[in-house]
Amino acid sequence: MVEDFRRKDETTPVVLMGYYNPIYKFGVEKFLAVAKASGVDGLIIVDLPPEEDDELCLPALEAGLNFIRLTTPTTDDKRLPAVLANTSGFVYYVSMTGITGAAIKSRAAVGDAVKRIKGHTDLPVAVGFGIKTAEDAKTIGRDADGVVVGTVLVDAIGQSLKDGKATDKTIEAARTLVAALAEGVRAARA
Amino acid sequence: MATNGINSLRNGPDEHGRFGIFGGRFVAETLMPLILELEAAYRAARLDPAYEAQLQDLSVHYAGRPSPLYFAERLTAELGGAKIWFKREELNHTGSHKINNCLGQILLAKRMGKTRVIAETGAGQHGVATATVCAKFDLPCTIFMGATDVERQWPNVLRMKMLGAEVRAVSAGAGTLKDAMNEALRDWVTNVDTTYYLIGTAAGPHPYPEMVRDFQAVIGQEIKSQFAEAEGGLPDALVACVGGGSNAIGTFHAFLDDPTVAIYGAEAGGHGIEVDNGHAASMTGGSPGVLHGNRTYLLQDKDGQILEGHSISAGLDYPGVGPEHSYLHDTKRVTYVPITDDEAIEAFQLCTKLEGIIPALESAHGLAQVIKLAPAMAKNQSIVLCLSGRGDKDVESVGKYLGMSM
Repeated sequence: MVEDFRRKDETTPVVLMGYYNPIYKFGVEKFLAVAKASGVDGLIIVDLPPEEDDELCLPALEAGLNFIRLTTPTTDDKRLPAVLANTSGFVYYVSMTGITGAAIKSRAAVGDAVKRIKGHTDLPVAVGFGIKTAEDAKTIGRDADGVVVGTVLVDAIGQSLKDGKATDKTIEAARTLVAALAEGVRAARA
Repeated sequence: MATNGINSLRNGPDEHGRFGIFGGRFVAETLMPLILELEAAYRAARLDPAYEAQLQDLSVHYAGRPSPLYFAERLTAELGGAKIWFKREELNHTGSHKINNCLGQILLAKRMGKTRVIAETGAGQHGVATATVCAKFDLPCTIFMGATDVERQWPNVLRMKMLGAEVRAVSAGAGTLKDAMNEALRDWVTNVDTTYYLIGTAAGPHPYPEMVRDFQAVIGQEIKSQFAEAEGGLPDALVACVGGGSNAIGTFHAFLDDPTVAIYGAEAGGHGIEVDNGHAASMTGGSPGVLHGNRTYLLQDKDGQILEGHSISAGLDYPGVGPEHSYLHDTKRVTYVPITDDEAIEAFQLCTKLEGIIPALESAHGLAQVIKLAPAMAKNQSIVLCLSGRGDKDVESVGKYLGMSM
């Protein structure tokens, strides 16, 4: 899929996000070689904290792939430098303690957290978890360098499917939502 | 535990929570500070004589320890080989070994100032033990249990509710222990400030496998001294059932450095190890992977997607196993064998009829392995089985399986 995409687009960064086990099962060395050759730019692996850097983070950096780390509301100032140490590409701030798709409780707290992280790193900070609408993207986009949207996009695509297969509405559903979210981020910059 | 010597099998885990390549801390960043805090609190507690004294007092006067080591005379005669002994963990308060770990962890939760407890449960034994200690220590608790398990273990669901716990039925996946653990982890990641996650098995991220093992190791320590007193020396074989493996690691740990003691773990063979998705034997039928915070043997497909295990026993159909068992499997110190549903049911009936003890279906898996081993051993040899739980909760599903009517 990444190879196909790369044939048409050589500039948009591609980041793979997921859990470690499918990569571990595939084989770390083989995975990194295939990912690099296909044009992948970075990885976000949610269940690999810095304590497990030897597993994939260090080999990925050596292979020339970015390893984008999650920081969370529970990552305090004492721990933050260790979390940022082997992070590259950008920092992904998780807006809440919870799971993807839940709602952000305090936007002011998110802004404060982004400022705090920026005090420790020059990397761009993107915020994810709980961003559902153009309005959310606009508000969060004022403090963050980027926003990460997953659950509502999956929902929008999911609602367009028939019997689990894409329909002529699917691409439009994704495009409409992404356009609105992008508009929100641009409004934050204006 | 440097006193064990450098070649001891009892030195694990290392400072990264590893037993060989297994174990570790494969968790989201949100949880990482919590498990580091938990580890520090656990180390501090174990050095505090007041903590140890309270745990010891509760073990004796609340849980009823030590549990007896019982000579199963009729079963021994029936099988015609080695002497068979039961370590009667089913006589503990709440009816299984699970209380050993719950007492240790609830005292820890209190010390850490946590105000809410969550737990996952399969057969409901751990859920009942957690609900029990939460009632005693006045902490609200929420138990996550797969919807399928709620149905097949409803007597335990009623017990948990009567003890004041909220039982949340999890309908995701096959509605079993894996799904309950996923949901408990989701709750924990959402309520990190207030909530203590009381894991019931010797799995999950470090320090849980070590901590749960330490609280269950009393089983093997007692067997050692009780057997020496009753028979002299060491038993020739130990057997325990393995789901996540808490009663098994508790039984085995004290004997790992005693090479004359053969050790067997009975995994859930379900419909048979050769049947796709028909068993929950992670070690004899799986491969290493990463799930629920640790690297261990898992039931998974070639893409690393986790498979649904099957077992007649709700306590054993977990697609993983504690990391220390994976290590003991690879080092071949412990022999893990699959036991089918049918073999477990047969052992359940035999024990009930010959000894007047209704074992939990989980423990019946261990018993089925004893039935295989005993006839081939000499009459002056001994096997100790950890009878980890009582089977009251299972009489309805066994009755159904056997087509018994009212």
